[in-house]
Amino acid sequence: MELLIKNGSVYDPVNGIKGDRTDISIRDGKIVDKVSSSASVIDAGGRVVMAGGVDAHSHIAGAKVNMGRIMRPEDTRLGIKPRTKITRPCTGYTVPNVYAMGYRYAQMGYTTVFEAAQAIMKARHTHEELEEIPIIDKGALTLFGSNWPTMDFVREKNMDKLAAYVAWGLLASRGFGIKCVNPGGGEMWGFGKNVTGLDDVVPNFEVTPREIIVSLMKVNETLKLPHSVHLHCNNLGKPGNYRTTLASMELADQVRARKDRQVLHVTHVTFNCWGGTNWGDFESKADEIANYLNNCDNVTTDMGQLIFGSATTMTADGPVQYANAKLLHAKWANGDVELEDASGVVPIFYAKQVSIHAIMWAMGLELALLTKDPYKVLLTTDHPNGGPFVNYPEVIALLMSNKKRQEEIKTLHALVNDRTKIPGITRELDFNDIAVMTRVGTAKVLGLLDTKGHLGAGSDADLSIYDIIPDQIDPSIEHAKIKSAFSSAAYTIKGGEIVVKDGEITATPAGRTYWVDATVPEEQTEIMMKDIRHKFKNYYSMNLANYAVQDEYVTHPEVIKAGAIPVEVS
Amino acid sequence: MTTEITDALCPFCGCNCDDITVVVDNNRITGVKHACRVGTAKIMGHHRIETPMMRADKKSEFKKVSYDEAIEGAARMLAMSKRPLLYGWASALCEVHKKGILLAEEMGAIIDNTATVCHGPSTLAVHEKGLPSSTLGQIKNRADVVVFWGSNPVHAHPRHMGRYSVFTKGFFQEKGRRGRKVIVVDVRKTETASMADEFVQVQQGSDYLVISAMRAILSGHADVVPDSAGGVQKEQLVKLVDTLKGAKFCGIFFGMGLTQSISRYKNIDNAISLTTELNSFTKCVIMPMRGHYNVAGFGQVCSWETGFATAVDFARGAPYYNPGETAANDLLMRKETDAAMIIAGDAGAHFPADSVRHLAKIPVVQIDPYWNATTEVSNIVIPVAVCGIEVEGTAYRMDGVSLRYRKMIEPTLSTDVEVLERITERVKELRGV
Repeated sequence: MELLIKNGSVYDPVNGIKGDRTDISIRDGKIVDKVSSSASVIDAGGRVVMAGGVDAHSHIAGAKVNMGRIMRPEDTRLGIKPRTKITRPCTGYTVPNVYAMGYRYAQMGYTTVFEAAQAIMKARHTHEELEEIPIIDKGALTLFGSNWPTMDFVREKNMDKLAAYVAWGLLASRGFGIKCVNPGGGEMWGFGKNVTGLDDVVPNFEVTPREIIVSLMKVNETLKLPHSVHLHCNNLGKPGNYRTTLASMELADQVRARKDRQVLHVTHVTFNCWGGTNWGDFESKADEIANYLNNCDNVTTDMGQLIFGSATTMTADGPVQYANAKLLHAKWANGDVELEDASGVVPIFYAKQVSIHAIMWAMGLELALLTKDPYKVLLTTDHPNGGPFVNYPEVIALLMSNKKRQEEIKTLHALVNDRTKIPGITRELDFNDIAVMTRVGTAKVLGLLDTKGHLGAGSDADLSIYDIIPDQIDPSIEHAKIKSAFSSAAYTIKGGEIVVKDGEITATPAGRTYWVDATVPEEQTEIMMKDIRHKFKNYYSMNLANYAVQDEYVTHPEVIKAGAIPVEVS
Repeated sequence: MTTEITDALCPFCGCNCDDITVVVDNNRITGVKHACRVGTAKIMGHHRIETPMMRADKKSEFKKVSYDEAIEGAARMLAMSKRPLLYGWASALCEVHKKGILLAEEMGAIIDNTATVCHGPSTLAVHEKGLPSSTLGQIKNRADVVVFWGSNPVHAHPRHMGRYSVFTKGFFQEKGRRGRKVIVVDVRKTETASMADEFVQVQQGSDYLVISAMRAILSGHADVVPDSAGGVQKEQLVKLVDTLKGAKFCGIFFGMGLTQSISRYKNIDNAISLTTELNSFTKCVIMPMRGHYNVAGFGQVCSWETGFATAVDFARGAPYYNPGETAANDLLMRKETDAAMIIAGDAGAHFPADSVRHLAKIPVVQIDPYWNATTEVSNIVIPVAVCGIEVEGTAYRMDGVSLRYRKMIEPTLSTDVEVLERITERVKELRGV
C-alpha cells in the first residue's frame, strides 16, 4: 500500500528539515524515497507535518495504573465516552482505561509510548494491559534499583553477574531497559524506612544508592542496551533534593556511553529540582539543573510538567507515596513487591493558589526553557503524576508562548514570582524545538532513532499532521490555536495506516511491543542463575518456572537485540 | 503413558499455589501432589456436566441438546432481553473475562462478579481509603506479626499459613512459625484461632467498634475507650495495639467475617485506616483473603477495560458503575433483570433467597463445568472445559500477582472462550448490528 503526503510544512530536525514544503512517501508501513503514481494522496495544504510523537516516560499499564483505577472510580467517571462502531468505550482522566490510552495518544499524534516502570514479578500484568492498548507501539522499562540480586551483585562487585541478571530480567519481564527508582529505598521501605542520600548504606545488603546507580550504568553499557539507565532520583519529593539530583547526574561521568546517546536519563525533574529546606522556604532550583545540563553531554532529562487540576501520583518510590498520603490526608495504596521494589498510588489535586504547586508548575517550564539544547529535556508530564498526558498540548503552548505563561502566572500564587525564574524568562520555543522534545529527542534517548522520531527513508511510517500553517500563525499570540491543533491531529498515520482523521479515530490496529533481548555468555547466566534459584527456593512466594512473562502476552513483539559476547571484564 | 506436570497451578482458592505436581495418564488426571485437600479434589474432578441441556420451563426435566442448539438458545434469550445480567466469572481465567465484557458491551448488559457476595465491600472501602498492601512474599520474608481478622485460612485457604504467612521461613524470618506472633480476631474460636498465639473474641457484629477502639488507643486516646469494647476487654486491646506497634512488619489478612458482617465496607474502611495509621510506628500491610482463584482477576480485567472493578452497567453504551444500583443482587432484588447468564460462579447457592426467587422466574443460561444450585434455576446449561486444568490462561492471586495456568489435560468439551465468542457473534446477528 502506498501513500503520499503532499505539501506539508515538515519539521524533521534530524534530517535538517525545518518547516520546508516537503512530500513524504510511504510504502508498506515504512517511509520511502518515492512512491508510484498510483499512491493515495493526502494534501497537507501547508499544514505542519511531524513524525509520530514518542513518549519515553508515561504510566500507561500495569499493577499501579490499575490500582489507580480501582481506587479512583471518581476519576473513571471523568471522560466517559460510549463505544462506537470502531472504538471501545473510554473512561477516566488521570487513569484512563486501556482503550482511552491508545485513542487519546493517537488523537494527539503520538504513536509510540513507553511505560516507565514494571517490577519483573508483575510484568505479566503490565503486558496484559499493553496488549489491549490499541494503535500505539509501546514497551516497558523494568525496575532493577532495589532488587536483591542487583544489590547482592553490586556488593560482590561482580559486574558479570549483574549484567547477566539485567539481561535475564529484561527477558523475564519482556522489558525494554533499566529503570532505577530511589535505588535502595525500595528495599528499605520493606521495613518502612528510606535512604536519605547517595551514600546511605542499605541495611542487610551493605550497598549504597551511589554504587547501585554506577553499577547499573556500567552494565547498561556492557550490554549495549538501546536506552540508558533511567533514573528516578533518591530524595524525590523532599525540599532541597536538587543537590541529590545534581550529585546523581555527576555519576554519569564515571561511565562511557557505548552508543550515541546519554549515559543517564534523569526523569521527571519537576519532582527533584527542589530547593529550600522545608515547605516554608521551598523554591525552584530548576535553573541549577539546567545549568548542569548546559555544561554536560552525557545526561538527559524530562520535564514531568505539573498540570493544574486532578492527578494521580503513582511510583515505585513507596516511601514518598506514604509521605504524600500523610501530608495530603489522601487515600493511599501501597504495593511492595517481594525481593524487587516498592510502589504506591496517591491521588492529588494541584491548585493554582497553593504556593508549592505554583512553584512546581514553573519548574518544568524553567528546565525546558533554560536548557539550551532541546535534546536534553523531553516533554512529559510523568503521566499521571504531574498530570494526564492529554495535557501535552497545553505544555507545548506554554513553551511556545511567553504571553500565555505571563497570563497564567497572574492567576497563580504570588510566590511563583519570588521562588522561580519563570516570570523573567522570555524564550519561546519553535516548532522545530517541539519536534525535538516530543519526537526526535525522545527516540534518540530511547535508542530508537533508526525507525522512530523522524521522517527519513527507512523509518516507520508514523506521522502526524496538525491543523497549523506555520507562516500564517504567531504561536506567541495565538497559543490557543496551537493548543487546540496539537490536541486533535488532522491526521495521525501509524505504520502507514490512517488511524486519526480530524481528531477522530478511524482505525484501531494493534501496536507492537518493544523489548530488548540482550545476550551474555551462557556460562555467565548459569553462574548467576545459581543465586536466582536459591532466591526462588527460599524467598520468593512463587516458583521460578512460573515467573517469566510468556510469549502469549506479547503477541506483536519488536525485539531489539543487544548484549556483548564475550562480555568485557569491567 | 504416565506423565508428570510440575510447577502446575491450583485453580481453587486465592492462594493460587504454583508448586503442584499433577500425574496424567492417558489424558486423565490420576494423581495430585502438594495441593491441599480441596485443591486436590478440584483438580481430580467431580460432578461434571457432560452435555449441553435445555428445558422449556423450569419445572420440566432437562433434555440433552447439541452445542449449536444451546448456543442458539442462549443467544436468542440474551438478544431478546431488555436488561440482561452476566454474572459469575470467579472460577474462569482472565481471557474469559475479556470475552464476557465484550459481550456485555455488545448487548448493553450488566456485568458483575462474585465479589458482590464476597469482597465487593472491600472494593468500596478501597475507593474511600486506598489499600496499603504488598505481595505475599513480603509477609513470608518479613512479617513478625500476622493477624487473621474474620478469616479462617485453616479451612478456606489451607496452604496460606504454610506457604506465605505463618509456618514458612523467609529472609528476615529464619525461624518460621517461632519467629512470628499470630493473632486471630473472630467471633468464634476457629481452628485458625486454636493455632494462634492470641485470640481476640469479638462480639458478633462489633468489629467496627473494636477497630475504632484500637485506633483510639493507637492515637494516644486510650482514655476514651471503655473497659470493654465489642466484647473485648480494654486491657487486651491495649496489649494488642502494643503488639502491632512493636512489630517490625505486620500483615493483616481479613476475610468475609469482616466484609459480610454488619457494617460491611465500613469495617474494611476502618481496618485500612488502622493499617495506614500503624505505618507511623511500623510497617503494616493489609490484604483481603480472596476466595476463588481468579475472583481477583475479574476485578483487574474489568478495571483496565472499563475503569471499574465490578458491577458495570453498559445500558448507556458507556460503563456506568453504582453498586447499590448496578450490582447483581440490586437488579435481582428489584426484579429488574429479565434474563441472566451465570458463568463460573454459583448464584443459586450464594445469593439471598429473594434474588434466587427472581432467578427462578426469568430465563437463565448457565455456563459452567459443574452441576450446582444454579443449574436448578437454569433453562439452558452449557458445560465447558475446566479453566486452569483443561484450558490455559491467566489468573490473579489474592495479592495481585498474575500467573499463567498450564493446561494439564486436553478438554473434551468446548471452552468458555469458544462458547462466549459464538454467543456474541450470534447476538450481534440477531440484534442486527
